[in-house]
Amino acid sequence: MNPTTKLPSSLEQPKERIVSRKNKSFKEIIYKTFIYLLLILISLIMIFPFYWLIRSALMTQVEVFTMPVKWLPSIPQWSNFKEALTSAPFGLYFKNTIFLVVLNVFGALLSNSFIAFGFARISFKTRNFWFGFVLMTLMLPGAVMLIPQFVGWKVVGAYNTYFPLILPAFFGNAFNIFLLKQFYSTIPIEYDEAAKVEGANYLQIWYKIILPLSKPALVTIGVFTFLSVWNDFMGPLLYLNDESKWTLALGLQSFQGHYSSQWNLLMAAAVVMFAPLVILFFFAQKQIMSGANLTGGIKG
Amino acid sequence: MTKIEKKNLAWGYLFIAPAIIGLTLFIVAPMIFSFIISFTDWDMITSFKWIGLTNYQTIFTDDIDFWNSIKVTFIFAIVQVPCVQIFSFLLANLLNSKVKGVSIFRTLFYIPSILPFVAVAILWMFIYNPDFGLLNQFLGFFHIPPQDWLVSNKLVIPSLVIMAMWMGGGAMIISLAGLQGVPNYLYEAVEMDGGGRIHKFWYVTVPMMSPIIFFNAVMNLIGVMQAFNEAYIMTQGGPDKHTYFYLYMIYQAAFKEGHMGYASALAWILFVILVIVTLLVFRFSRNLIYYEAEVK
Repeated sequence: MNPTTKLPSSLEQPKERIVSRKNKSFKEIIYKTFIYLLLILISLIMIFPFYWLIRSALMTQVEVFTMPVKWLPSIPQWSNFKEALTSAPFGLYFKNTIFLVVLNVFGALLSNSFIAFGFARISFKTRNFWFGFVLMTLMLPGAVMLIPQFVGWKVVGAYNTYFPLILPAFFGNAFNIFLLKQFYSTIPIEYDEAAKVEGANYLQIWYKIILPLSKPALVTIGVFTFLSVWNDFMGPLLYLNDESKWTLALGLQSFQGHYSSQWNLLMAAAVVMFAPLVILFFFAQKQIMSGANLTGGIKG
Repeated sequence: MTKIEKKNLAWGYLFIAPAIIGLTLFIVAPMIFSFIISFTDWDMITSFKWIGLTNYQTIFTDDIDFWNSIKVTFIFAIVQVPCVQIFSFLLANLLNSKVKGVSIFRTLFYIPSILPFVAVAILWMFIYNPDFGLLNQFLGFFHIPPQDWLVSNKLVIPSLVIMAMWMGGGAMIISLAGLQGVPNYLYEAVEMDGGGRIHKFWYVTVPMMSPIIFFNAVMNLIGVMQAFNEAYIMTQGGPDKHTYFYLYMIYQAAFKEGHMGYASALAWILFVILVIVTLLVFRFSRNLIYYEAEVK
């Protein structure tokens, strides 16, 4: 008797489950389709400016102004790039920008890893006081420092030189110091102690042990320094007077003033400025994405 | 102090010396200096003229631009911060769904935020162009008459906000990382109680993410209060000084008119405003944010 009474229920149960799972997976499909549609719709909106950029960069001046609007160039005008790049000394601007980027990246990697080592691996009195001092400067709005820094550089005769745009990188920056200090603290302290037993001093420990181990964090800092120097507009605007010293950002802005109606050339120039970053992004995607998280985690 | 402690102290200072020197030279000294010159009339050529509180007095009683700049900067902040934050938070949630290929969308939504502002600004100026711009062409499909966007008193702020939303990938990525850290058992608990997606979002996601949302919003706020590039590159403070943002005003005072003392006073006022705003935001949001470590 027992088996027969149990049979129906044990047969029914799986049935119910199958039905509910079917129901659920149907719902799930609807939901996923909805998510995809939403993602695609937003992507289209996000991509549209890029489409407009490239479409216009490849058009003739006349086509850009044709009414009703043309959505694609009839013949892609690759010469726009050449024309845009030669109508202003963009080659020179590019060289200047790269020069600034290289020195800033070098300075940032050297100084921040050095300073962070002191905060992370050596225990000494007043360490926490100074670290608090460093962190405090994170809160200061850049706008307040703008004029006094400018005046300072002008007084020492560094206006219209690259010094104001390079030298600060060699003295560390609160943000990167914090980032590296966090990273260093994940490296076992026994490494340092073993090296000390072997007779190494702190300088050697920093250079020979910690530095090679902190490559991932250094790459992140390097990439973000690259981005901030490449994209900086206000620094060059304030400090660089001679056109021959300008950076790409500055050159592009002035180009925009001179060619305000030649949208096809302007768009071509913008493409040139975007391109290296997009390439960099695809090479360093991991570092950039995780770096953006790190920076967020730190500040919060 | 033992011998080792002394040695460590020397080594410690050697390593952190660049930071101490840098902060003193590039931050502390300039701040003190700017505080002093805010009480002078100085054009960087002739010598200082001590004028006491005159700069501050003029700013508060006799400077129309000052009050206008405060107004337009706050309007920009009040519109921009919620729009950008809500948009990027919703995007992050969307990207957190477990569907295939989501990393492509993540890349796509994030890229605009790392591009140089100058080039982005030029692109959007063309998009907003009243005659040949993409946006008016697009609106034409829906028979919406062309708008003046950046040259319209009413639309200039919304135009800048739309652009900022497009570039809001930074906050999105931070939120996304936070979302991935929300423990799954909380969502399961909602499921057990028969709650749906909306319940999960309101009763788990939003409270758990509130510190991150708050952090993003504060950073955004501090940044937007110092907006400069938009005004300099795209609008020149116009139309009708509707985008004559505070930092742009400082720039004009310092570098176009050469009033360094006056500009320094303006900068210090901005500093005080930022401190007050930040403190107020912290004060008022205390009850809105859920901190896990806290026992309530």
